[in-house]
Amino acid sequence: MLSIIYALLFYAATILLVVGVGARIRKYATTPAPLKIPTTPAPITTQGVVWRMIREVLFFESLFKSNKWIWLFGWMFHMALWLIIIRHLRYTIPGNTPWLLDFLQPFGKYAGFAMILGLAGLWARRFLVDRVRYISSPSDHLILVLLIAIGLSGLSMTFVAKTDIVAVKAFMSGLWTFQINTLPASPLVFLHLGLVITLMIIFPISKLLHAPGLFFSPSRNQADNPREQRHIAPWAAELEK
Amino acid sequence: MADGDTQVPKMDDPLQVPCIKPGSMDGLQPFLASPEHQEALGFPGELVPDWKERTLAKMDEMAKKNRAFQVYLDICVKCGACTDKCHYFLGTADPKNMPVARQDLLRSVYRRYFTFAGKYFPWLVGARDLTEDVLKEWYSYYHQCSECRRCSVFCPYGIDTAEITMAARDILAEVGMGQKYSNEILGKVHTVGNNLGLNPKALGATLEDLEEDIEDETGVSVRIPLDEKGADILLVTPSADFFAEPHIDGLIGYAKVFHQAGVSWTVSSYASEAANFGLFIGNYENMRLVSQRIRKAAKDLGVKRIIFGECGHAWRVAYSFLNTLAGPWDFLDPNYPVPQHILDFTWKEIQKGTLTLDKSKNDHMTLTYHDSCNVARASRIGDYAGSQFEIPRNVIKAVCNNFVDMDQDTIHESTLCCGGGGGLLTDDLMDLRVKGAAPRMTAVQQVTESHGVSHMAAICAICKTQFSKVMPKYGYDMDSIVSVHQLVSNAIILDGQETDDAE
Repeated sequence: MLSIIYALLFYAATILLVVGVGARIRKYATTPAPLKIPTTPAPITTQGVVWRMIREVLFFESLFKSNKWIWLFGWMFHMALWLIIIRHLRYTIPGNTPWLLDFLQPFGKYAGFAMILGLAGLWARRFLVDRVRYISSPSDHLILVLLIAIGLSGLSMTFVAKTDIVAVKAFMSGLWTFQINTLPASPLVFLHLGLVITLMIIFPISKLLHAPGLFFSPSRNQADNPREQRHIAPWAAELEK
Repeated sequence: MADGDTQVPKMDDPLQVPCIKPGSMDGLQPFLASPEHQEALGFPGELVPDWKERTLAKMDEMAKKNRAFQVYLDICVKCGACTDKCHYFLGTADPKNMPVARQDLLRSVYRRYFTFAGKYFPWLVGARDLTEDVLKEWYSYYHQCSECRRCSVFCPYGIDTAEITMAARDILAEVGMGQKYSNEILGKVHTVGNNLGLNPKALGATLEDLEEDIEDETGVSVRIPLDEKGADILLVTPSADFFAEPHIDGLIGYAKVFHQAGVSWTVSSYASEAANFGLFIGNYENMRLVSQRIRKAAKDLGVKRIIFGECGHAWRVAYSFLNTLAGPWDFLDPNYPVPQHILDFTWKEIQKGTLTLDKSKNDHMTLTYHDSCNVARASRIGDYAGSQFEIPRNVIKAVCNNFVDMDQDTIHESTLCCGGGGGLLTDDLMDLRVKGAAPRMTAVQQVTESHGVSHMAAICAICKTQFSKVMPKYGYDMDSIVSVHQLVSNAIILDGQETDDAE
């Protein structure tokens, strides 16, 4: 019974995530930027902009310039999260997985600790630094709590109370073909998956939108070429008629 | 607030972070625009009865018309990276002067009315109702931001508080709460053509006086032409260059450079203002109208090129927006950038060797250079990224023997605002201006102690006025701030000029 409820929740959460984030991306992409506002010095070419964006996404370049502690904790958390997501593909893809995923598996396993450490550091700042304490809302704390709880419940199943991962894989990979297999009767599994479902649902209605949003930030994604190329928003062009 | 009330902040280091002092700048606000000044720009004279509906409608419109507004309100994660980057926070310790907190004054309202979480769980995400007190708080704290973009350099997503400040000021003006200083000045530009309200006749007389001054000083007749049809170059410069010190010495510098370069140029009385306060109040239509004056002047005078004088926010609008607001410029000579910066012109002439320069004329000074915020972070001067930092320094080094840079973390893209930019250069905000200048002044004091720096050069009319006013509070003479072209003017030896050596 619980397995059916969880399966339905996964479908619902996936729809909300994909449709919600998709709608948001569409809004960002279709809203015009009326003026050229790259933060300079900025790349002069589109190619340069792509490289600037890669540096922001992979290395958090601006954050590194700003604050080494936030960078250290934030970068550690995000990079660990990537490894962890990659590692979890193995539990959602039906059948055997490509060798690359298998190779990355052990890295993802220990990345869980880095993720918790990074999140703990970020959370500590919300208490210890008066400026960050001042700007923190309950939701800022709760999102960190949610991510930490996902990490801890996951790590527990790997290192403390091992779960029947084969059964979990059967459940998750079955969802692709609308087969609802039974989840192992472990509270940790239900907790972990329930928290992940929550994360998926709140993604499009929270600050987690920073992930797609960064790519649409005019101060970062515009090339510095206003004199060479005339830039004009459709609504602004109307003023010229 | 009167000058005497201001406590000059004591800092050990230009970037020393204070402990937050909530409420320390509460209630500080510039004078409201009078109905007359509001209506001249197409805004309602006073707070409209349906201010709430109109505020929300305007926010909705902005979210549809400006991607930056929409994206920046959505994606801040409150990481805290920007919290110690604003010079007004460093100087006042008021937490609402932290960039993220300043944005949140508006974001909290956006969340309440435009997001799912804020509509149903306002307490959870820091959303709040829009009240008249909120508008007053906006008016206060969105006039404690100089739109300098320092925070946007350090934000992992490039969120630019200047964009939010401009949006908030635009909303406020549209519901009847415009700012006196900016709106009064914009009115003058729309009717007379410059911020000072200097009519063509007065401008002509001023320029003639200047020509005489140059001739008295050098024995050479150097022209400063006004409204001369058929000139090659239209010079658009801040009107402070016609009137204020040390700006006017910069204008003399441009004139000497043009003279030696042998080019024909003119100032326009119709477009006798480089500054565009439409940027400060965040209003596209006003910014466009001011820009269109330059287009009309260029066409009427039949010039081939446009060059801008030393000005910060003006250069941002010129470099980044002029093509958008008043382009295309296909009727000008395509061999030159439109517009070109005066320093780009002068640096090219120096490289060509057309200028005879005697560096020793500036030996009585040891100089440092203040990167003006909007030149540094919102534009470019030459043909490569970062040339906005190098070209001014190259010119200074070509005309001065003694030059020292300030702390690396306070120059180039990390430069600190002078404290008076973005529509805050008004006496009713003097308290804020003095405190906001503290980080920059601390950096100057450091190089004074270590290298004996006596003067600071700048290329922005606002920086120059602001520093001549606040530097005395930090133990410097008011003429410790100089124009870069003032240094050029000192060093340049005109053809036929009687020099001391020749006597």
